[in-house]
Amino acid sequence: MLNLLGDFIAELRAAGIPVSMTEHMDAARAMQAIDLGDRPLVRAALAATLVKDGDHLPVFYTAFDVFFSMRSWSSAEELLNPQEDETSAPTGANAPGPRRGSGGASSTMSAEELAELLFRALRDGDANALRRGAGEAVTRYAGMEPGRPVGGTYYLYRTLRNLDLENLERRLSVGEAGELAERLARDEARARVEMLKAEIEREIRERLVEDRGSQALAKSVRKPLPEDVDVMHANREEMAQLEHALRPLSRKLATRLARRRRRRRRGPVDLRHTVRRSLSTGGVPIDLRFKPPRPNKPEIIVIADISGSVASFARFTLHLVHAISSQFSKVRSFVFVDGIDEVTRLFEGADDPADAVARINAEADVIAFDGHSDYGRAFSVFHDRYAKDVTRRSTVLILGDARNNYHQAHPEVLADLHHRARAVFWLNPEPLGYWNSGDSIINQYAPHCDRVVECRTLRQLEAFVGELA
Amino acid sequence: MTSLDPRQELAQRLELDQVPPANFASPDDVRTRLAAQGYLSDEAIASVTFLADRLAKPVLVEGPAGTGKTALARAVADATGARLIRLQCYEGLDESKALYEWNYRKQLLRIQAGRGEATGEEWSHLEEDIFAEEFLLRRPLLEAISATDPVVLLIDEVDRVELETEALLLEVLSEYQVSIPELGTVRAHQIPMVFLTSNNTRELSEALKRRCLYLYVGYPDVARERDIIVERVPGISSALAEQIARVVRSLRTLDLKKAPSVAETLDWARTLVLLGREEIGDEDAAATLHILLKYQTDIDRATKELLGRGKTVA
Repeated sequence: MLNLLGDFIAELRAAGIPVSMTEHMDAARAMQAIDLGDRPLVRAALAATLVKDGDHLPVFYTAFDVFFSMRSWSSAEELLNPQEDETSAPTGANAPGPRRGSGGASSTMSAEELAELLFRALRDGDANALRRGAGEAVTRYAGMEPGRPVGGTYYLYRTLRNLDLENLERRLSVGEAGELAERLARDEARARVEMLKAEIEREIRERLVEDRGSQALAKSVRKPLPEDVDVMHANREEMAQLEHALRPLSRKLATRLARRRRRRRRGPVDLRHTVRRSLSTGGVPIDLRFKPPRPNKPEIIVIADISGSVASFARFTLHLVHAISSQFSKVRSFVFVDGIDEVTRLFEGADDPADAVARINAEADVIAFDGHSDYGRAFSVFHDRYAKDVTRRSTVLILGDARNNYHQAHPEVLADLHHRARAVFWLNPEPLGYWNSGDSIINQYAPHCDRVVECRTLRQLEAFVGELA
Repeated sequence: MTSLDPRQELAQRLELDQVPPANFASPDDVRTRLAAQGYLSDEAIASVTFLADRLAKPVLVEGPAGTGKTALARAVADATGARLIRLQCYEGLDESKALYEWNYRKQLLRIQAGRGEATGEEWSHLEEDIFAEEFLLRRPLLEAISATDPVVLLIDEVDRVELETEALLLEVLSEYQVSIPELGTVRAHQIPMVFLTSNNTRELSEALKRRCLYLYVGYPDVARERDIIVERVPGISSALAEQIARVVRSLRTLDLKKAPSVAETLDWARTLVLLGREEIGDEDAAATLHILLKYQTDIDRATKELLGRGKTVA
């Protein structure tokens, strides 16, 4: 068990969850205090001792399913016996659940029968039937081959494609009349279909564990933590997670910055005041007086590329910067594709930055010609219209991948902005390795920036914005 | 390797005569006894509470507002017949409010009463005297540690104190003791259960998290929420409770500023019962949605999404 726990913790750390030595020991103690045959209890115990952040729980559950898969979960003895590999699946006799025995028998089921079985299992909320149906569906449609080094998503996709879930959802949601009742039935159906999906995913994962062993599989199904998801390549589910993570993130960042500002209470020594105080001690300056600190709140100008490829990154950054706008003396935002438009007004009216960000796409006038990013043109227009507003107090933040679609670059415009501004920073959401490949011309602009920062994840973004304020 | 049971080990460190018996026999025991207090737990809540008791460790409960974090501590106190001692955290909380304070007025009185007799050698006498337990004002943490009857300590909204103040809690959380320079160390006379709650407005320090078991309490699923409604709202039919729970689930999937909490769900259920409804029609929902949602924009969005109406609704 200790070995297995060690491997499991190594996997959690590899996935980015920080697990300390003490927590490892706590987990080991918890294992001694509980009944190891009770899988949900073991899961809760490990979660409580090893994971200290609610956002990390999904990653933990995935890893747990791989390392302590249901099939290999037979009894405490097996776990306590360090020689035995947890992946060597026990024979059907002591595996829990009815699914194993019925797997072979029901393979004669026709596609219609299977669909009917799933429908009825979901309608009646019958967990056993659902499990059997999911197992059957995977056997039938996933086309799993032993030893093939593909991740579970491929099999999941193949299975789901054949199951016609939309039809299933429609059948489940027939029901009462009335707007509310219809909507409720629809949501209920969706929730049940999600249950089926989760069940199938779990089934596939278990079969993969049997085939390839926990550690190999853990690596391929490892999901990044929300703050480590690559914003540019996030899928829909990850995107939802990011949106979800952004609000608490900006709130925490604002609290931290406000606190930092409050703590730096002292300014430089106030000589006049100190000398006056020193009169009472015979001219010896015992009691130093300080000037009140001068709040150093930079003025921020954000210039963001919102063309398709980097749109989500721009959205997140605008959201974050505006959410902590109290830390800056002023925030102005501009968005461009091949035309440029100021969107500060959208944020001024909204009490939630998310609303404003949502309106940008509809309301900003950013397309002048063909709708492909043109950094050179955008900078030139910005320079013509707003250059006078860029002063020694302004920090210019440029967001974009510098993929200029082979238009004119006009780096000299940026050079002039750099000359006027306090600082120019460029945040590039592309991985460093892709810079300057293809139509990316970041190296033409880089000399005119104080820093060019790779900013692919929320973690990097938060770190950068935190430094800025 | 034979290692001591965590409770035994802690009892030894605290120099207790005997190991205080554990409060709960199993997670199922936690579940039934909390249910008897009207608190419906789920798998995770029951398991972590059981573990906290068994390992003698504090629990850090985190989750959105109104999901029953504080209620959990209260229910555990009731279920174990313990006294609940609550420390409400806020910005600016310091040790004189959390741990202890010397009652200096009383100390002054003592000095004045003894004036005249205090010659040189008697001063040390007096000094010893005024830093005695008699002049100590116990604040919640010390109160919980020095209690001789069973207590449950609840440190509520710990994310509201400053990072530096968190350090005050560490000694209590890991050693179950409080050091008072003038008096020495006060050790716990029993092993109290400790719950900390946090709404996650800021990242808590690693040191604090490391000393606690972590429990995330999210919104309950439909079945559990229905059971909670049935349990807490007298006279409600289970069909209506189910429908309410489903409406609330659908609301929580929308992108709202403030998703309805369990407490608000219960308010809504009570309202519907008062109105004598057996099921929720579109009209009722539109008319009472403001009990669940506290922002006008949220209400507008919910009306549009769930009831399929646009701006026509006033």
